[in-house]
Amino acid sequence: MPVVVSVKPFFAVFVSLFLVPVLLSCRSPNVREAWTFVAAAVKFLLILSMLPEVMSGTEIVTHVAEVLPGLEIKFRVDALGMLFALVSSFLWIVTTAYSIGYMRGLAEHSQTRYFCYFSLALSATIGVAFSANLLTLYLFYEMLSLATYPLVTHHQDAEARSSGRKYLLYILGTSIALVLPAMLICYNLSGTLEFSSKGILGMDAGTPLVVTLLLMFVFGFAKAAVMPLHSWLPAAMVAPTPVSALLHAVAVVKVGAFSILRAVTGILGVDLLRNLHAGTIVCVLASATFLIASLIALSQDGLKRRLAFSTIGQLSYIVLGVALLSPKALMGGAVHIAMHAFGKITLFFCAGAIFVAGGKTRVSELTGIGIRMPFTMAAFFLGAMSVIGLPPTGGFISKWYLVLGTLEAKQWVFLVALLASSLLNAAYFLPIVYRAFFIVPEETSHDVSIHEAPPWCLVPLGITAAGSVVLFFYPEVFLGLAQIAAERLFGG
Amino acid sequence: MQAPALLVTVPLLGALLISITGRLNRKVCFPLAAVSLGVSLYLSILLLFAVLTEGEVFYKMGGWPPPWGISYHIDHLNALVLVVVSLVSFVNLPATYRYVHRDFADRTGPFYALYVLMVAGLLGIVVTGDAFNLYVLLEIAALTGYALIAMGEAEAPLASLNYVLMGTIGASFYLLGVGYLYIVTGSLNMWDIASLLPNLYQSKAVFAAFAIMMIGIWIKMAFFPLHAWLPRAYVYAPSPVSSLVAPLVTKVMVYVMIRMLLSVFTPDFAFSTLELSRAVVWLAVVAIVGAALLALAQQNLKKMLAYVIVSEVAYMVGGAWLGNRAGLTGSILHISNDALMTLCVFLAAGNIAYKGRGLDFSDLGGLFEKMPFTMAGLLAGALSIIGVPPTCGFFSKWYLISGAIQAGHYGFLVALLFSSLVHTVLFFRVIERCYFEPVGQSHGGHSSGKAMEEAPLSMVIPLLLVAVGLIVLGIYSRELVVNIIQYAVPASMV
Amino acid sequence: MISTLIAKYNYWIYITLMMVGMYAMIAKNNLVKKIIGMNVFQTAIILFFVSIGAKQDATIPVLEHSHGPEAHTVRALDYINPLPHVLMLTAIVVAVATLGVALALAVKVFNRYHTLEEDEILTQIREE
Repeated sequence: MPVVVSVKPFFAVFVSLFLVPVLLSCRSPNVREAWTFVAAAVKFLLILSMLPEVMSGTEIVTHVAEVLPGLEIKFRVDALGMLFALVSSFLWIVTTAYSIGYMRGLAEHSQTRYFCYFSLALSATIGVAFSANLLTLYLFYEMLSLATYPLVTHHQDAEARSSGRKYLLYILGTSIALVLPAMLICYNLSGTLEFSSKGILGMDAGTPLVVTLLLMFVFGFAKAAVMPLHSWLPAAMVAPTPVSALLHAVAVVKVGAFSILRAVTGILGVDLLRNLHAGTIVCVLASATFLIASLIALSQDGLKRRLAFSTIGQLSYIVLGVALLSPKALMGGAVHIAMHAFGKITLFFCAGAIFVAGGKTRVSELTGIGIRMPFTMAAFFLGAMSVIGLPPTGGFISKWYLVLGTLEAKQWVFLVALLASSLLNAAYFLPIVYRAFFIVPEETSHDVSIHEAPPWCLVPLGITAAGSVVLFFYPEVFLGLAQIAAERLFGG
Repeated sequence: MQAPALLVTVPLLGALLISITGRLNRKVCFPLAAVSLGVSLYLSILLLFAVLTEGEVFYKMGGWPPPWGISYHIDHLNALVLVVVSLVSFVNLPATYRYVHRDFADRTGPFYALYVLMVAGLLGIVVTGDAFNLYVLLEIAALTGYALIAMGEAEAPLASLNYVLMGTIGASFYLLGVGYLYIVTGSLNMWDIASLLPNLYQSKAVFAAFAIMMIGIWIKMAFFPLHAWLPRAYVYAPSPVSSLVAPLVTKVMVYVMIRMLLSVFTPDFAFSTLELSRAVVWLAVVAIVGAALLALAQQNLKKMLAYVIVSEVAYMVGGAWLGNRAGLTGSILHISNDALMTLCVFLAAGNIAYKGRGLDFSDLGGLFEKMPFTMAGLLAGALSIIGVPPTCGFFSKWYLISGAIQAGHYGFLVALLFSSLVHTVLFFRVIERCYFEPVGQSHGGHSSGKAMEEAPLSMVIPLLLVAVGLIVLGIYSRELVVNIIQYAVPASMV
Repeated sequence: MISTLIAKYNYWIYITLMMVGMYAMIAKNNLVKKIIGMNVFQTAIILFFVSIGAKQDATIPVLEHSHGPEAHTVRALDYINPLPHVLMLTAIVVAVATLGVALALAVKVFNRYHTLEEDEILTQIREE
């Protein structure tokens, strides 16, 4: 498969890093926001420009620096990375627009700092997407953890402080305690850390070692929120909603799942894991996670918390897709990165819009709000459908492939788990929509202040909701990329 | 070429000149110090290039060949540490200017004379090839250190006196070890001794010499549990002194230990014949864990940093004693990395203290707004100590962990990871305080609101230079390892 | 056993002196006594070094009736080893310098705490 060397990946990753000094020197908020849009657009277009080559099977490589003998910081744009990067960079544009509406609507403090760290976080996300080896991935993974801390703790109150502490403990702690030694053990065993389609450990590694490494990676990349290392995610909901939306529905959590995907397929290797039947234990962990998370979501009254637990569950779908070790399951998991991103971000945008417009944060307070915020709640409905996995939204496609994958791998237990959790997803989403539209609130007098969300908020959520639907009808880009990836890993 | 001798004599004479002219004109002290240290820096870089291009440099003092004369022998290990020492002391110099001007105005001459003399001592320790000469220079560096530390307020003289007592025991043990070696080999030149020792490996005297020297060196480098002098001495020392002493003294002693292990008592003796290495690495494990726990208990930034130094020293001891190439590479790389990281955090602490704020955790509120550049520097240093790529601390940890895996010493691996986590907690506690708490909790009402009260430029610029240097050094780790450190580790080590 | 004791008497003396010095450094309360202990400790090592240069039936290493600058062969066995003496001159200077610094520090401590007893100083510090 041909390889092309180019500087595009480098710029795609770092354009938002270069944005930071520009932002710091801006005098007016409008100029600052304009620059952010420009950078986000440039990033997206750079990534988009690499799409045709990747779709044709070429990989684009940039060598940045050799930092240790035999180990480089290196970018390689392949199908999986392209999929993730496309989703993140597109959604950054949309989130920037939403942030403007949200932050200005609430007159939040320290907005420049917010936009700066947001740019850094996106740099790190695309860095992870384009990493060619585990060292580069680890570098950008840590950079993401550090860049998102000030965003999570933006409000600088006591709650932010304790959530921030939990965030760092879970995310930085696991990556240092688990990923670092696992990475070094792999390096010492095989002499390299480059992601390769056959894994780097060869076929001789013993079962205890491989299972230990697998578990170290799955739990070490705690951003994927596999239970029991999931509680940082609900705690991180203290962040302003655009942060929760992009980062905790799209960037941060997907980085975790993506890293697990890379570690399993590129470092340990699908064939090795299949030989040792090592995938099953991760399938069990993932299934337990999404079932328990869905059950907990049912009991949450806080809207953002319910969405957080939903995210925990959805991430484990991706992990399951990887751990089933079959081509269709992998495609399902990979495409779910995209579909879930659009769906979940819509839901978070709606939650934020509801807060900005009416100050409501709890599901029980949403009675009859659909009448006053029809557009928002319609988008919410579409997002919910995508997350549940119903046509005509994109989420159906990824679920479909996941189901096919369980059949392909002949793991019927997980098929049942998938279907059960889909029912649970419906159980915790649809009542919200029903309550919003069909239940009439008792007193109408104190709710007159609620009106539709500001346009800066509405347009983005409309775009992402529409996106979920569009992706059902036109999934070729993402499916195509996922297919290329699956063929590379499983075929040949 | 006279560079090796000039390296030590220029600061030596410079110190003399400063102490004399300092009585007449205070303003001339700082430029003189800058010139002396600048010359040393230039010479050490020249020497490094000479070693890289031509191989080892020999210099005979006065033309007397060893073992009759003192010889300076500069190989890759020396050359690297020389550059580190002269660079750190030179970068720290501007940061001392304001402090000395404000707090030690009447003692400017003595301060800079001692400063330059200390650097001369440290450089001499690194460059010398004679075991007794090392003792002399060790004591020069130590005595000037005692005097500099005692310049602080409050408990400083007492802490320094404590340091005197313990440091003298350490140096005396080293001297005793040299004595034993002299008895057995009749020579004081390190390389000469190394050629004479192999026949004597089974002798008890050689073992005793080794053990006593090691203990003496461990006392001077503050290897837990022989570290008791360090926290109080470094905390009560004035800031310009602690940012010179903290990065350098313990690291130079680590260099001495590695020199003894590799060049005097060759790795054959130290690792194979003695069969002590695993035990010593376990000692290092205890040291790392002990220092980490002690650091957690501290409520003062500088004291916490002092305990961080103790655990970093233990990293280097453990890494060196793992007995494999990766461990030694990590240990040597950590000498340069740790010197820089320690300089960074102590400079930041110095900046904070200069602005009149205490260094207890309760005084650190709101610093991110008041002193953003200093906090940026502190953050860079903290990330390097924790071991986050691409800062340099990550890369030396990489080698140390690799060495642990290759040697099968999983206790050391776990200790390294444990202390990384503890460091994360330590530094984020501090950063949390600086980020979350409103300004001046303990000083009651504050007038300037959100205005910046950053330290003066002469203190901020060195800090930012070092902070950037941490990242640059990290990215250039490969160059450092492949071009320099690779040759510092004997070819026979796997 | 006795013969070993007698033959290596210089070692025993220096070890005893070292232990005395260390005991003083650790156990004594008065700062000056500690400092003197330190000096005793260093002196023990100096004594040891000097003693190893001794040889049986050898005289001091000074040439009598030297024949000027021409080379003059000397039987090394006749003269005790001068090198340790020379090294110890340096070590004595170092010990004296250390003593001086330590005493200067003790003066500073006295000026601040008005006592040289360690326990009293620690009490004063705790009360601060």
